[in-house]
Amino acid sequence: MSWQDVCGIDDLQPNSGVCALVDGQQVALFYLTPSAVCHAINNYDPFGHANVLSRGVIGDINGQPVVASPLYKQHFNLQTGVCLEDETVKIPVYPIRINNNRVEVNLQESADAL
Amino acid sequence: MSTKKTLVVIGNGMVGQSFLASLVASPIKDDYQIVTFCEEPRAAYDRVHLSEFFSGKTAEDLSMVEPGFFEEHGITIHIGDKASKIYRLAKTVLSEKGVSIAYDKLVFATGSYPFVPPVPGHDRPQCLVYRTIEDLEAMAAAAKTGKVGTVVGGGLLGLEAAKALKDLGLNTHVVQFAPRLMEMQMDDAGGAMLRRKIEELGITVHTGKNTIDITDGKHCANKMVFADGDELETDLVLFSAGIRPRDELARDCALHVGARGGIVIDNQCKTSDPDIYAIGECALWNDKIFGLVAPGYAMARTVVADLAGETASFTGADMSTKLKLMGVDVASIGDVHAKSQGALVYSYQNGDNGIYKRLVVSQDKKQLLGAVLVGDNSGYGTLLQYCLNGIELPENPDALILPHRSDESVGLGVDALPASAQICSCYDVTKGAICSAIEAGCTTMGALKTETKAATGCGGCSALLKSVMDCELTRQGFEVNTDLCEHFAYTRQDLYNLMLVGEIKTFADFLAKHGKGQGCEICKPTIGNILASYWNEHILAPEHLGLQDTNDTFLANMQKDGTYSVVPRITGGEISPDMLIALGQVGKKYKLYTKITGGQRVDLFGARVDQLPHIWKELIDAGFESGHAYGKSLRTVKSCVGSTWCRFGVDDSVGLAIELENRYKGLRSPHKIKFAVSGCTRECAEAQSKDVGIIATENGWNLYVCGNGGMKPRHADLFATGLDKETLIKLIDRFLSFYVRTAGRLQRTSVWMENMEGGLDYLKSVIIDDKLGLGEQLEQQMQHVIDTYQCEWKTTIEDESKLKRFRHFINSDQADDNVVFVEERGQVRPADANERKHFKLLEVA
Ligand code: SRM
Ligand SMILES: Cc1cc2nc3c(=O)[nH]c(=O)nc-3n(C[C@H](O)[C@H](O)[C@H](O)COP(=O)(O)OP(=O)(O)OC[C@H]3O[C@@H](n4cnc5c(N)ncnc54)[C@H](O)[C@@H]3O)c2cc1C
Ligand code: SF4
Ligand code: FES
Repeated sequence: MSWQDVCGIDDLQPNSGVCALVDGQQVALFYLTPSAVCHAINNYDPFGHANVLSRGVIGDINGQPVVASPLYKQHFNLQTGVCLEDETVKIPVYPIRINNNRVEVNLQESADAL
Repeated sequence: MSTKKTLVVIGNGMVGQSFLASLVASPIKDDYQIVTFCEEPRAAYDRVHLSEFFSGKTAEDLSMVEPGFFEEHGITIHIGDKASKIYRLAKTVLSEKGVSIAYDKLVFATGSYPFVPPVPGHDRPQCLVYRTIEDLEAMAAAAKTGKVGTVVGGGLLGLEAAKALKDLGLNTHVVQFAPRLMEMQMDDAGGAMLRRKIEELGITVHTGKNTIDITDGKHCANKMVFADGDELETDLVLFSAGIRPRDELARDCALHVGARGGIVIDNQCKTSDPDIYAIGECALWNDKIFGLVAPGYAMARTVVADLAGETASFTGADMSTKLKLMGVDVASIGDVHAKSQGALVYSYQNGDNGIYKRLVVSQDKKQLLGAVLVGDNSGYGTLLQYCLNGIELPENPDALILPHRSDESVGLGVDALPASAQICSCYDVTKGAICSAIEAGCTTMGALKTETKAATGCGGCSALLKSVMDCELTRQGFEVNTDLCEHFAYTRQDLYNLMLVGEIKTFADFLAKHGKGQGCEICKPTIGNILASYWNEHILAPEHLGLQDTNDTFLANMQKDGTYSVVPRITGGEISPDMLIALGQVGKKYKLYTKITGGQRVDLFGARVDQLPHIWKELIDAGFESGHAYGKSLRTVKSCVGSTWCRFGVDDSVGLAIELENRYKGLRSPHKIKFAVSGCTRECAEAQSKDVGIIATENGWNLYVCGNGGMKPRHADLFATGLDKETLIKLIDRFLSFYVRTAGRLQRTSVWMENMEGGLDYLKSVIIDDKLGLGEQLEQQMQHVIDTYQCEWKTTIEDESKLKRFRHFINSDQADDNVVFVEERGQVRPADANERKHFKLLEVA
């Protein structure tokens, strides 16, 4: 278990995403209000081959929380990383938590193992 | 012993089989023992699509019989056996192979045979006809040894046969006795147009030729000799000179037949013997033989109903046809020869495109009696419905065939059709039947076809079926088609109205009142856009931020590698040397790739997200503003140099372009909007390809609307002429506001107008004549947007809190190491995958 401090909760953008550098990795952080739910996924878009997922629009499709890639609009499940259009594609997802108004991410563990 | 009666059907062709299919679907099937004689070596197949045999369809593909059909329904079929004798007193049928059956009811469905003129030599080798699969096999065999093929007969079928010969690789001729092709359906002008088109395909047409002899040829197997002394050498001769009903058995047992052949039937399809019916091409009704399948199918249904004791009548049939002959569209409807009393004729001919259209209209100009179309069939569905349903014609009937007042704007909305309107004539499916099927849950074309059989015959009605389906789905309120997405069961237009009525100002409020779930990348930007086009608040205000696509969020267009492009506004394409230098300096300083766009401005590519505010600060200091290249909003107003410099210029197109661009910049709209202004009719600004186009004339400005380049180009329509500037601007204000209010999501003005009921005329009545009394409101709506304009970039760089987002990492100043540039033609470009491997981490900025 190794939680890393990433940023303050004020650095997140409500109902949108930002990107953080954690241990050399690009991590996209999404923050939903008013529910205050957070998600952390890898920022790399495997279809567009660019680090852009934090800049996608978030929402839900059939009850699954998703982000749509800003390049070609594929949806990724924010909890499992699975691409809705092509289930053989799965991007890394990380556990995330808020601790004393600080955002913490755990890169060692994949979220679906939780 | 069974108590069942026996029903015998002679002939298992298209109509015979359709009769059996209707019969087994009816409860009376249990009353009968069914037997059918089928002369051909296979059960019924689709003769209508016979020619497809040459394009690879097999006999099985063409079969009209579901596998196991006869077994399943206990029908006895005698394949390859011909009924040869009928004893009406003994009520018995005898076959060639010796089968003898006592019948209670008998149905003739013996079809017709191709007429072969009794010319000497007509029975020579390689003299063939076109009716059965065996005929086609014989043609294919003959084509292997021959080089030249000639069709005798220039009617529908003859031309189809000619196409087959051509496809078999033969040098093809058509010999026609009449002075024009398709003399039944065409007038002289239409026939001439058709002839030209067919000759362009490399087929030689001879009209007015009477064949008097066929003998040995010198170079070919045969030689045709004509009455005028001409001769034609040909290997293959294919007779397609009309059909003759197969009434030989009926004659033999003394049923009434017509003077020129055909088994006489009444409205119940009964022959002169009440236990014997005749249907299809062998039957003569009201002195007419119907050489098409649809009337035969109608007769078949009539007989089934009559057997079931229902009152049913066959009352004739529409003989309108639409087809593609050798790639040439041909259609004829109703009274093509204007034989009706007092009929008026309108015709339109375009020699360049090979289009010919003719309308036959009643004396009072209210009813369509007939039509001929060559080269462009697109109006067929609409015209046929006018004709069949007696729908009143528009004031100028010629609008239906003239190109500029296009079919779209005068097209008959399918909702104007009565429920009784026949949509599919092959299977007699009415609009009412289709609507009920939709109501019962058939909401796709596939399901509708299976359920109603519509569009499964000749296929000619599928476009119409589709529009009926779409229209009905909308009318019955099916959500599938119109819902924006799973979160909002509304269209963009609905949402716009909900916003107005409820004074809704945020997405959260929208979701709470009218939606469900969290939203998605469809509804969020759409609602963001609606809010922006009406309230015109800054799109990066905290409550709107998450709604925008990345381009709007970062006020720049994302490129393939995650960098952005920068497009400052260059109104009307006019730019001073100093401004150009400033642009150059910024480009150079940030090492941006620089390109002139198709919209008369400059695009700077390759800016990292953290560079955007710095770049924009410098541009704004130099006097530039946002160009809104990222938004669904006004893009450019293209101009030509106009009267200021150009020797032909009539008015100041640059001045007007700049004024208009400044007026409408920043307006958020359903899709992007493009303008252009040309200084004279030479049209160097290409105004007629824009959403709004303006051309200067001696009498004032001409306004064009709803043009489009892009994926589906559309020429703009002339909207108003000779306008002064004030009126011009008023009309554009109203036009744009109305578009913003009523268009669908991502609908350009062209598509919006094409989908609008009433089309251009309606739009004119709303915008110019102010029919809805909305004019002032629309102008005010625009005035509000104009009054609240802000340069989004200027507001953004002046607000610290908004700048926070413009960093690649929220917790580090590092740049994205995946952005790698290489040089090409003296500028940067993103490295490709291969180059990336070699130049990892090439630092640029
Ligand atoms: C830069 C430019 C090409 C160029 O190098 O010249 C361009 C670039 C793009 N065009 Fe365009 N179009 C550009 C002129 C045009 C033109 C010509 C014109 O405006 O005179 C057309 C046809 C005219 C028309 O729109 O009717 C044009 C028709 C399209 C279309 C098809 C629209 C349609 O109705 O079918 C799209 C796709 C869309 O919008 O959905 C598109 C989309 C795009 C996008 C936004 C594609 C994308 O999502 O990345 C490109 C953004 C590039 C960027 O980052 O800036 N672009 N595009 C031109 C910018 C003009 C400007 O100064 O704003
Ligand atoms: C190439 C071609 C293209 C066509 N294109 C179109 C089109 O686009 N649209 C359209 O509406 N129509 C078209 N037609 C016409 C259409 O095929 C006919 O209208 C339709 O086939 C008529 O059906 P029927 O059952 O009356 O006759 P048929 O289909 O000819 O069936 C009659 C059957 O009865 C058999 N028979 C006859 N006498 C006996 C007997 N004594 N005992 C046993 N069997 C017997 C015959 O062998 C034949 O199989 C086309 C025809 C051809 C040849
Ligand atoms: S034409 Fe296609 S590739 Fe070229 S700029 Fe427009 S959208 Fe991009
Ligand atoms: S009209 Fe022929 S399939 Fe409908």
